[in-house]
Amino acid sequence: MAEDVWVLGIHMTKFGKHPDLDLVDLASEAVLGALADGDVEMKDIGVIGAGNLMGAAAGIGQQLQKQVGQMGIPVYNVANACATGATALRVAIMAIKAGETDMGLAFGVEKLSGAGLLAGGARREETPNWTPSGRLGAIAPIDGRIGTETMPGVFAQIGMEYGHRYGGTSFELFAKISEKNHAHSTLNPLAAYTKRMSLEQIMGDVMIAYPNTRPMCSANCDGAAAAVVVSGSKLKTLSLEQQRRAVKISASVLTTDPWEESCQVLPDVSTLTRNAARQAYEQAGIGPSDLDLVELHDCFATAELVHYDNLGLCEPGGAVDFFNSGATWRDGTLPVNVSGGLESKGHPIAATGVANVWEVATHLRGEAGDRQIAGAKVGLTHVIGLGSACGIHILEKAA
Amino acid sequence: MAKQVPLVDYLELGDTPHLVANECTSCGARFFGRRNACAKCGKTEFTPATIATNGEVRAFTIVAFAAPGVPVPYVAAWVDCDGTSVRGNLINVEPDPEHVTLGMKVRLATQSMGADEEGTEAIGFGFEPLGG
Repeated sequence: MAEDVWVLGIHMTKFGKHPDLDLVDLASEAVLGALADGDVEMKDIGVIGAGNLMGAAAGIGQQLQKQVGQMGIPVYNVANACATGATALRVAIMAIKAGETDMGLAFGVEKLSGAGLLAGGARREETPNWTPSGRLGAIAPIDGRIGTETMPGVFAQIGMEYGHRYGGTSFELFAKISEKNHAHSTLNPLAAYTKRMSLEQIMGDVMIAYPNTRPMCSANCDGAAAAVVVSGSKLKTLSLEQQRRAVKISASVLTTDPWEESCQVLPDVSTLTRNAARQAYEQAGIGPSDLDLVELHDCFATAELVHYDNLGLCEPGGAVDFFNSGATWRDGTLPVNVSGGLESKGHPIAATGVANVWEVATHLRGEAGDRQIAGAKVGLTHVIGLGSACGIHILEKAA
Repeated sequence: MAKQVPLVDYLELGDTPHLVANECTSCGARFFGRRNACAKCGKTEFTPATIATNGEVRAFTIVAFAAPGVPVPYVAAWVDCDGTSVRGNLINVEPDPEHVTLGMKVRLATQSMGADEEGTEAIGFGFEPLGG
């Protein structure tokens, strides 16, 4: 039987603007923090999963090693859109499960302050003559002419489509989801934005792609997060304090999007999330009703709604009623994004899939301070990278 | 008459403009643009399939913020054309949530994108409200 894998040490930097820190500074802070948190050193690490999306070709793993410990440890530099961090973590977990090492490190780092639109932010030059090019034989840029390539617009449609199928959605409903996450972040000192916003402020802010206004979009910012993971048998040889604070990874899953009729028109973020959730609950031997908190990929307010359903947190088709019941507020039956989520904590892309594990692990350890979800024993993290990839981890408090 | 070219090769001009998909002869999956093999079943033979010109809006967004050079606001939509999903803008309609609604019935419409230096006119497409 494959080894159990545990989080031994984990750390995230403050998310936000870090004009004086470069990528490697941020990654170093996260990695040194995770090593210190786990009370281990770089020389104990047998594999590194390294994530940085925007500079994917530059080899962030090796750059990091040159600053904090260059010991010939194999590095897997990964890029998987917004699932990059979860992918890096999963690389380290897979290496341990495969028996190649008993301790691994994963980190994700991004500098995105002031980045603006990340897709559809610039479009191909117009040519003086209409000349067909590419797989569609397009004679001109199609963004804005045949739908939208902007993320706020893509995810707006994903939420609207859910509304078309099941009813009950409105601009106000989506804005209320954002209101929740902005309220939650007021208790998170590491969040990029910690100011509560009223529903009126959110609905009255700059419209980006209806129904998503600016505060309903994920916040581009700088940040990093890192985790040290260890095999169950290695953990038993470590100190009682290390064992007490270790958090069990009872499921680690990565999926991509299988073909669906409409996926060439609008990316399908649901089927792969459903598949990942089903596998994760099976691996962990639990169901959604066992969860005490969830950090899911609210890249836009419109996305959070559909993932309530995709992760099985509510009845099929029941996401609107589920949200309206208050369930996903921090004092509700199943708190979602108590960190503030991507909309308010921020979304330094590659960091996100490790930072959400930090958030859940911190609650399971009982170390979340003012925003602690009392008695939390089991939590789930979820990210979606468009294209698409879905990463889910289920974490359990040490017995 | 000046020469015309379609915005994309899956838009067929002529008296009754319509969209054409590559349909997998094995499983029937439809694709706009070429595929090396079918994404659904992996087979490699395709045949052209005419897409219905009338449809229903399954999802939309009103894009207010886009790349420089993209006129905003505009309505981007997912239109269900008799079982085939199509991406396109909603045109000839006010771009606001009072005039654009989920489930609204629409039909394919073409529009001129202007002429290039050689006088060739480009024709784009969108969907406009039915009976509007």
